[in-house]
Amino acid sequence: MVSPKPTIQVQDLRLAYGTKEVIHGISFDIRRHEIFGIIGPAQSGKTSLLRCLNRTIDFTPGVRLEGAIRVDGEDVRQIRDVFGLRRKIGMVAPLPVGLPLSIYDNVAFAPRCAGVKARSELDGLVEHCLRQAALWDEVKDRLHTLGTKLSGGQQQRLTIARALSHQPEILCLDEFSIAIDPVTTMRIEGVLKELQSSMTIILVTNLVQQARRLARRTMFLWNGRIVQLDASDVIFSEDPGNRQTYEYVHGIFG
Amino acid sequence: MTEIPPMPAAGNVAAPVPRAPGRPRWAVVGERLLEWIIRLCGISAILFVLGIFYFVFAKAAPILLDKEFSLTEFLFSTKWYPTSEINVRYGTLALTVGTLAVTLLAMLIAVPFGLGAAIFVSEFCGPRLKETLKIVIELLAAIPSVVWGFIGLSVMKTVIEKTTGAPVGVNVLNGGIILALMSVPIIVSISEDALKAVPDSYREAGIALGATRWQLVYKVLLPAAKTGLLAAVLLGVGRAIGETMAVLMATGHAVNVPTSVLDPVRTLTATIAAELGEAPEGSNHYRVLFLIGVLLFTITFVINLAADLVIRGIRRK
Repeated sequence: MVSPKPTIQVQDLRLAYGTKEVIHGISFDIRRHEIFGIIGPAQSGKTSLLRCLNRTIDFTPGVRLEGAIRVDGEDVRQIRDVFGLRRKIGMVAPLPVGLPLSIYDNVAFAPRCAGVKARSELDGLVEHCLRQAALWDEVKDRLHTLGTKLSGGQQQRLTIARALSHQPEILCLDEFSIAIDPVTTMRIEGVLKELQSSMTIILVTNLVQQARRLARRTMFLWNGRIVQLDASDVIFSEDPGNRQTYEYVHGIFG
Repeated sequence: MTEIPPMPAAGNVAAPVPRAPGRPRWAVVGERLLEWIIRLCGISAILFVLGIFYFVFAKAAPILLDKEFSLTEFLFSTKWYPTSEINVRYGTLALTVGTLAVTLLAMLIAVPFGLGAAIFVSEFCGPRLKETLKIVIELLAAIPSVVWGFIGLSVMKTVIEKTTGAPVGVNVLNGGIILALMSVPIIVSISEDALKAVPDSYREAGIALGATRWQLVYKVLLPAAKTGLLAAVLLGVGRAIGETMAVLMATGHAVNVPTSVLDPVRTLTATIAAELGEAPEGSNHYRVLFLIGVLLFTITFVINLAADLVIRGIRRK
């Protein structure tokens, strides 16, 4: 089997907020159409890493970035069309952020920003994305009510639908299941497995078992350094070859 | 079996008055007291509004019973001859139109300017420029209205006469521009607060979805901040309608229904300010001036109510 070309290449990435360095030079590749798990305790740089990827980190004052992140071979820091880059990457935040718009407008937001105007096309897209996020049946009769009135779990699925709405090539999920019940989480995990055939998925998670269930490869990040990066079969096995990994994965420390 | 400790106060001790453990009585009483003080503060706002309305109305009320006075004439006649010996007329239509014309023009200028400035300050400019702009804008709000009036009377007047060729430089345009300049700082600072109150997570979510800065502003921030923005505009309108000194000096103070922005007008507020000192207390003229006060009250009330209904309409959608 030919190993697929990497979609994302991170090379010696260093990130500092002011004088405090939070990511200390990490390098790794993410391959096309794989689910890539990132595990690690809080403050280990997982979210910062995602924010570097779509350059929303630019909005934090006093950030220093070194090294390179390449998406499809292009260094994101030199990229001209940063909006195009962001449309290429779907992002789901830990706590759902329903924009103060209707459910429909929430999902249609990104396509509209990209210039889709035709009503029929938008209708189809909204339904498709809401179905993908396992939310359609619950909201199909009230698409024009405020998205912020949904329950926490529904809102999170709305943000997933929204992240899918611009048909991203890469989907980043940042601890998406924090606000969702286990049953819904399982449904979304099923969705992610299906999506894998059409996009690369980066799954940042606090739930070690979630990474085990979904990710083909998993990276254990701790205090801004990679402790171990290997196939999930290895990471979650009884003998991952690294004591820290073993202890974290098996709940002995952390 | 272990021994169960005896219930306190079950034996020979008199049962103490039940109260929350560890909270001294003064704390409980003090909290009550504070609650009442706060309640009083809240209610006082209503009391003051009602009180002001009552006293103004009480001064004006006797004129309504006067046989020679007609409310229709007061509202819809343009004849304002309050001190005439032979033909006394109290028609305020020209004054009302004057007030509304100047206010409308002021808002046409101030709202786009104010909102634009607020969006720029809050979303587009760098931190250092932002601080500078905010200080300058607050300084602008602190300029006394008589100074604005002076600028209208001396600077704006010549500018308008030179550029438009109008015979009189103190007119609707002059008053409108001066009022706009006075309302802009209020609109900017309140709108800026409203925009700042929109959580950053909205911004980040919008940006992550590929929105440009403009798309972010008009698709996310403006809808999210609309209530605060409307409040800002309303405060600006209130300032414009209620302003007295500047319009007295800048509008020409001529009773006249304007047909163009270059006509001089007189406003309700300016009339009260200019004539109240000369009207003998208790005379019909004196009472009519208070009735104008009631009219002003009603106009601002109607505008506020309308805006409130509009906001509710938007929210229900």
